[in-house]
Amino acid sequence: MLKISHSDYQALRAHGEETHPHECCGVLLGKSEPDGNRVHQIVRAGNTRSDRAHDRYNIAPEELIRIQRQARGLGFDIVGFYHSHPDCPAQWSKTDFDEAHWVGCSYIITRVDQAKATITNSFLLTGTSEEDKQFVDEPIEIEI
Amino acid sequence: MKINIPTPLRAYTGGQQTVTVPGATVGDALDQLTGAHAELRNHLYTPEGKLRSFVNIYLNDDDIRYLPQKEATPTEDSDELTIIPSIAGGY
Repeated sequence: MLKISHSDYQALRAHGEETHPHECCGVLLGKSEPDGNRVHQIVRAGNTRSDRAHDRYNIAPEELIRIQRQARGLGFDIVGFYHSHPDCPAQWSKTDFDEAHWVGCSYIITRVDQAKATITNSFLLTGTSEEDKQFVDEPIEIEI
Repeated sequence: MKINIPTPLRAYTGGQQTVTVPGATVGDALDQLTGAHAELRNHLYTPEGKLRSFVNIYLNDDDIRYLPQKEATPTEDSDELTIIPSIAGGY
């Protein structure tokens, strides 16, 4: 179970609407709790894949390090990431899976149809290594 | 020097966010880290001993892949290493 506030949930969906027809991306800061990840703050990131931003995203490591420092300063960890799929399903793709390396983190994907966010799903990356990792459907609890 | 451990690898450092190790070079420091936390080696390096393509290691603000001396770059106690796996994807 991924827990996130209504405002953060709305904000990450709005990000996808703003960047449509390109993919947006960002980082979820919070805490890993016994019953799942809890998001306390989201941080927008830039998509460096300007060559094909309509179906790819990448966060520059330098930006990720800056966000990690920000998280530590707030007493949070990086507990996940979000991105959008413009006019495509809110399901992880082979590319998403191949490029997923943060075991224990939540990967939120929002489908955005014609600049309107529709479905948002979360997937928890489980496993212990590259060889046995897998995405597991993760319910989202939106806290009002 | 201090090494920052990312969330997914803390399971192999006893939950520690940072690990302090001695080391005269980047390579020395990483050897000390994987010596103390052996399970990390498989997550950082291929069986052939090369840094995995999706693992980025920064010495302060510099990617060690682009440093002239790479892992042989000298370090000081005040330096900071950060291990940061890549994040990417898309439909």
